[in-house]
Amino acid sequence: MSRQIKAVSLISGGLDSLLATRVVMDQGVHVEGINFFTGFCVEGHTHAIRKKDRAKPKRNNALWVAEQLGIKLHIIDVIEDYKDVLINPKHGYGANMNPCHDCKTFMVSKALEWIERNEFDFIITGEVVGQRPMSQRKDTMPVIARESGAGERLLRPLCAQHLPETLPEQMGWVMREQLHDFHGRSRKPQMALAQQYGFEDYAQPAGGCCFLTDENYSKKLVDLWDARGNREYEMDDIMLLKVGRHIRPSRNFKLIVAREEGEVNFMQGYRNRFISIKTTSHSGPLVLVDGQPNEQDLQLAARITARYSKGKLADEVELEVCRPDQGSMQVKVKPMPAAEMPEAWYV
Amino acid sequence: MAHFELDATGLLCPMPVIRTQDLVEDLSCGDTLEVLCTDPGALNDVSAWCRINGHKLIDAKQDEDRVIIKIQVMR
Repeated sequence: MSRQIKAVSLISGGLDSLLATRVVMDQGVHVEGINFFTGFCVEGHTHAIRKKDRAKPKRNNALWVAEQLGIKLHIIDVIEDYKDVLINPKHGYGANMNPCHDCKTFMVSKALEWIERNEFDFIITGEVVGQRPMSQRKDTMPVIARESGAGERLLRPLCAQHLPETLPEQMGWVMREQLHDFHGRSRKPQMALAQQYGFEDYAQPAGGCCFLTDENYSKKLVDLWDARGNREYEMDDIMLLKVGRHIRPSRNFKLIVAREEGEVNFMQGYRNRFISIKTTSHSGPLVLVDGQPNEQDLQLAARITARYSKGKLADEVELEVCRPDQGSMQVKVKPMPAAEMPEAWYV
Repeated sequence: MAHFELDATGLLCPMPVIRTQDLVEDLSCGDTLEVLCTDPGALNDVSAWCRINGHKLIDAKQDEDRVIIKIQVMR
């Protein structure tokens, strides 16, 4: 009896990895999915925060894809290992702080470790030649295969006919003529194939599935690094960059101002780790203070907080300033007029 | 068969799924696990993970501020 050939597929939750996996499954290969959580993934924790996002499906797209395909999915926490990819990308960044080339190499190398540990035969990705300006170009795709160490064990079923033969093709595990020749930025071939398979309601995020491709998010990340004088970050830091209005009056501290109820609820969970400010005489947002503010800075932070409350035009607003493990104090301030808030403070 | 509990409160998705997955890896067939979460996304995500990986979803419910999911490990 011949041995069952096994492959692991990198599942982002988007259409391409869904299709690439199905193409290989159709050839009798046992496929399981793998999804890497870097901390910058767009979904999951961001679902329930803002009102404008509530109409979107509250699901993890990678899990949804795996369920559509009827395969197992292994979600791997790579938050710590990913820091080096983001901080020191060998191939640099894209339009924002997205190290797409190094990121793909990293994920394929992690998948390679996984298949070696679990005795699988090869790796599948949903990459398409020419689809992305950085990681999915004809000249960079072989580099990713080489630098990840996967080499010929990396199969890209959606564009395999544009690339040299890989091990699964050479060994007859998959038939090259049943793989595809997609290329370029058009999504029409993928959509046609999805229709052929009967896949509907798949995720198509406009900016990809990573916050690092987002210009505003990237600006906040760079601001955080500049203020701290180094590029270290913790999970709390990168989560809080996803919410609120960020205002930095000084290098040693910034305010994160909740913009709506969903963000207030989300930020409540951080009050035991950050100084928080809340107006008590008027309704207003929850504000977290990140950094090392002195007493004068906290007065300024209180005035800014008051400026975002219903008492912004009042002569005086009362607030409660809470320090983790140190209790709270009441302060009274005059709200800062909008005209006195320099544009440069808004991150 | 043994019963286990996992406190995944304060964790945002997909971390509750990852913690569940990592704990289940060390459990035996028939063991039960109760996962406690605060991220509402966990209700769908942990349940989906359970179905995908062939474990039995005994119960999944959400009250005001908590999600509780009970799983039986299947191999």
